[in-house]
Amino acid sequence: MLSIKNLHARVEAAEILKGLSLELPAGEVHAIMGPNGAGKSTLSYVLTGRQGYEVTDGTATLDGEDLLSLEANERAARGVFLSFQYPLEIPGVPAMTFLRTAMNAQHKARGEPEISATDFLKRAREVAGQLKMDFDMLKRPLNVGFSGGEKKRMEIFQMAMLSPRLLILDETDSGLDIDALKIVADGVNALRRPDRAMLVITHYQRLLDYIHPDKVHVLAAGRIAATGGPELAHELEREGYDKYARAA
Amino acid sequence: MTLSLALEARDLSQLPSRRDEDWRWTDLRGLIRELPAPSPEVSADLSPGPFGDEGQAELLVVNGRVWGDVGLLTLAEGEARVVRLRFVSATAATGHGIKLAVSLAPGAHLTLLESYEGQAPDYLADATLNVRLETGARLERIVLASDHAEGVSVSTASVSLAPGAGFAQTVLTDGARRQRLETRVEHPGQSAAVRMDGAYLIADRRHADLTTAVNHAGTDGTTDQLVKGVVADQGRGVFQGRITVSPGADRTDARMGHHALLLSDRAEVNAKPELLIFADDVACAHGNTVGALDEDALFYAQQRGIPEAEARAMLTEAFIGEVIDRIVHDGAREVARAWAAKRRVG
Repeated sequence: MLSIKNLHARVEAAEILKGLSLELPAGEVHAIMGPNGAGKSTLSYVLTGRQGYEVTDGTATLDGEDLLSLEANERAARGVFLSFQYPLEIPGVPAMTFLRTAMNAQHKARGEPEISATDFLKRAREVAGQLKMDFDMLKRPLNVGFSGGEKKRMEIFQMAMLSPRLLILDETDSGLDIDALKIVADGVNALRRPDRAMLVITHYQRLLDYIHPDKVHVLAAGRIAATGGPELAHELEREGYDKYARAA
Repeated sequence: MTLSLALEARDLSQLPSRRDEDWRWTDLRGLIRELPAPSPEVSADLSPGPFGDEGQAELLVVNGRVWGDVGLLTLAEGEARVVRLRFVSATAATGHGIKLAVSLAPGAHLTLLESYEGQAPDYLADATLNVRLETGARLERIVLASDHAEGVSVSTASVSLAPGAGFAQTVLTDGARRQRLETRVEHPGQSAAVRMDGAYLIADRRHADLTTAVNHAGTDGTTDQLVKGVVADQGRGVFQGRITVSPGADRTDARMGHHALLLSDRAEVNAKPELLIFADDVACAHGNTVGALDEDALFYAQQRGIPEAEARAMLTEAFIGEVIDRIVHDGAREVARAWAAKRRVG
């Protein structure tokens, strides 16, 4: 599914990723853990094509297709979805309008027919019901005045509607209380499928009590410093990132 | 010093210039080197204006000449109607001016769908409106200015209100070579209510100037103002908003907001929001911001699959949408929405 080889990237003059390699097969959930400043958010932005993040070396492919040469919206149409640490507020654009515009843009990019207003509405009601979301929230401007938990739930809602192949969750647990965290984790777990892969980026082990990863990678100083099973997350929780930071 | 005087007297020295404080950003003297010939009389055989067939009646003004019944702008007590008022500049390199009176008797209700339509380049056009609202009368004025890119146009409305009257306006423009849309309101307070909104969407080298002045002379008056603009390329937007609260105009509630987006390095916005308060017990607030489109929001939209150009258009349209949502007349609001969607700049 996702294959990253020797990825180097910089933001302005600073090199943040320094030879990162990672294989994420379909059907698996991998966690990326690391201290602040290790390059976790940079990795998510480089994979999704944010401007200002310059790749200087290496490759990233999704099912063999080069991701790095595509525009951000083209990557989205190929099935790459980033759940933002701090989802943006979009005043004046109702959540439904935003999502339908996004969905149809993706359909158009893939050469699929547009989704009709009726079909869209039907599907939105269905998914909102599954996520126990208040349907009226979707009529309000996207994320404007939403609580942290509501914003994250709106991310999960969009994820479920757009049905991406590669899910990147950037610090999805930040700002959530334990109840909101459970709801979000349930939403993510429901999206697990054999043909879908997830990259869960997190600073704390807490989220991984609810979203169980197949593998855990430690990102330190721009590279994967260690890879292991779920037990690695517990070790990091006990001992911190010090030894990886020193080794780097 | 006004364009109207200069056209009447055929005297260039009557043109306002940058030395006049209120005209420093919309210099006409420096722009106009000679006055063009008076506009000819032309037939009023025209296709529909920007408001289509909204409303019940139309008053057409072509090259400064009225075609139709000016009586449409005089409403008797309790009378109500929706009128399209179209100012058309039809002939290149000529000049014209017109003065009209709008008069609403007590309790009358007028919706004025006012358009400025430039059909040829290099005209010089002036329109002056004198508006009087008696007690309990209501006027909603929606102005859609579609001047020619090479036209020069000034519109000035002077509005006086009786106690308890309501005046609401929304001015929408995409500018011209030079263009000024000015509104002056004498506000008596005493439960009279004023809303003065505007939106400008400017591209290329166009220029639009929205100037407003409200003078609160009595107690218990409200003014609510929201103006938003988007400027791309080498366009220039000017906002001058002045709210004066005269001595004794206690319990005045006045709010002014002006917010603009600059979409290019060479775009320009000149803003002068002024609250002049000479009374004690008032609630007044103003906010003024000029910035770029939110790059984070732009990336967020792109990450969900929306191409950059479409994302930019969606965000700028939503930005302007806040002004358009406040238009009361349903048909005009839809026309305004379509206008904003079509005039996507950047």
